[in-house]
Amino acid sequence: MTGVEIRQAVLEILERIAPDEDLSNLDDAIAFRDQMELDSMDFLDIVMELRKGYRVQIPEEDYHNLNSMQSTVEYLTPKLKDVPVAG
Amino acid sequence: MHYDTVIIGAGMSGLSAGVRLAYFEKNVCILERHTTVGGLNSFYRLRKRNYDVGLHAVTNYAEPGSKGGPLSKLLRQLRMKWEDFDLRPQLHSSIAFPDCTLRFTNDFAYFLEQVAMAFPRQIDGFKRLVRTIADHDALNLDQRQTTSARHVVSEHISDPLLIDMLFCPLMFYGSATPHDMDFSQFVIMFKSIFHEGFGRPFDGIRLILKKLVRHFKALGGHLKLRAGVSEIVQRNGKANAVVLDDGTEITADNVLSSAGAAETMRLVDPSRPMIKPKAGDITFVESISVLDCEPASLGHNETIVFYNDADSFHYERPNEPVDLRSGIICSPNNFDYSRPLEDGRMRITALAEPDYWINLPEDEYQQRKMEWNDRIIESALKHVPDFRSHVVDTDVFSPRTIRRFTGHLNGCVYGAPEKFADGQTPVRNLYLCGTDQGFLGIVGAMLSGITIANRYLLK
Repeated sequence: MTGVEIRQAVLEILERIAPDEDLSNLDDAIAFRDQMELDSMDFLDIVMELRKGYRVQIPEEDYHNLNSMQSTVEYLTPKLKDVPVAG
Repeated sequence: MHYDTVIIGAGMSGLSAGVRLAYFEKNVCILERHTTVGGLNSFYRLRKRNYDVGLHAVTNYAEPGSKGGPLSKLLRQLRMKWEDFDLRPQLHSSIAFPDCTLRFTNDFAYFLEQVAMAFPRQIDGFKRLVRTIADHDALNLDQRQTTSARHVVSEHISDPLLIDMLFCPLMFYGSATPHDMDFSQFVIMFKSIFHEGFGRPFDGIRLILKKLVRHFKALGGHLKLRAGVSEIVQRNGKANAVVLDDGTEITADNVLSSAGAAETMRLVDPSRPMIKPKAGDITFVESISVLDCEPASLGHNETIVFYNDADSFHYERPNEPVDLRSGIICSPNNFDYSRPLEDGRMRITALAEPDYWINLPEDEYQQRKMEWNDRIIESALKHVPDFRSHVVDTDVFSPRTIRRFTGHLNGCVYGAPEKFADGQTPVRNLYLCGTDQGFLGIVGAMLSGITIANRYLLK
């Protein structure tokens, strides 16, 4: 997956977890938590959706990398470079 | 078949835990002794009419699309939509005590005004209490210490009438302990009833249950009805299988039980339970009247009336079969629907003495139910118009009914007095969810299943 594809995948995960949020104006550089209502339960679901959809294991000590869209894509790019886009 | 997790009980908590596990591709099976799902919050059909058990109202109401509250958390976790629950808000409810009535709606500001009007000298203390409640983290699972809610409340409020009036609905809708409750439980109930309020699906609880079951099965989960668990098998201190009433053994890496703490430990070792949690004994009789008209046409518009006619409010196991001094009157018609329900309903619920109802011989049981039904209605008539000439059908449930359908010893409704917030038991890989884990109400029960599943079963 490319960075663009990863961004799209994360966006779809966010839509599934938080369907009430308007993600059209999401700023990639700003923490998710500062622009949407995302609690720790939702946050863990991002990790679990990534595991479910892309078989990527994210250890707890790496969770801070998932703070914003930009940092998430940067963190996931090497991990997902050989993974095809999920259907 | 071997499962990652078997869940005992297809009530709100078991089904919600099941949805979470199935969604994240766990092999999961829910086992339910009865022919239908729901447990404490179920439904049935009698003489061609639909009835709800348990549910008067779903607490923790929130407007569709709102963020941050328990209901929105729950829907997110289950990947379900607001429409799936179809919650319609209450009209208005009240707490009716001798010479004093406090009304409330789903708008907390209105309740604040009511308290200020009826108790002008207590309002500052009440506001301090509200701030204390807002600052309290009631969902901290590792909080093992219990604090008396009456003690905390009396630090802010001095009028015993107001204290009793605040406790009355909160205890009726969720206290497993008599007289007093743990402050965390008080906070959960206070927020869910006064801050968030009541709602109900037009089709009653069956709508939510059916959506949950459909969702669970679509995700690949297995649900077995008429599959009561008679034993939880442990080897080397670790739960690893359950035995059904018919002798079938089902193996699993984890067992999640919503059967209750005492009830679950009995399944582990019926002869020598390792711990003996006390079973609760707070339970109710409910009189359900079907009317040939809407309660509103008789002048009754309130959704729920919590009443108490005694000098002080007694929440305890009564000495008589039913405590007629207090109760809850619920009219499922009085929610903000877009069309009227099929028939009028008045449900009146009062504290009951479990042993009396459980031990009555069958022939006498039916007769006593009807006698007490009449007495319960009569005592509630101080608070509602006389609807008796409009009754076209009656049903009554008692602690005996609750025991039969939930397996709770004593037919207790809110479970054991001691809660197990972290869901752990002395047996490894055996966890508790539901009533005895301690989150209350329908939304609470569902969050309980979700929370325990997230914490232990999704690794």
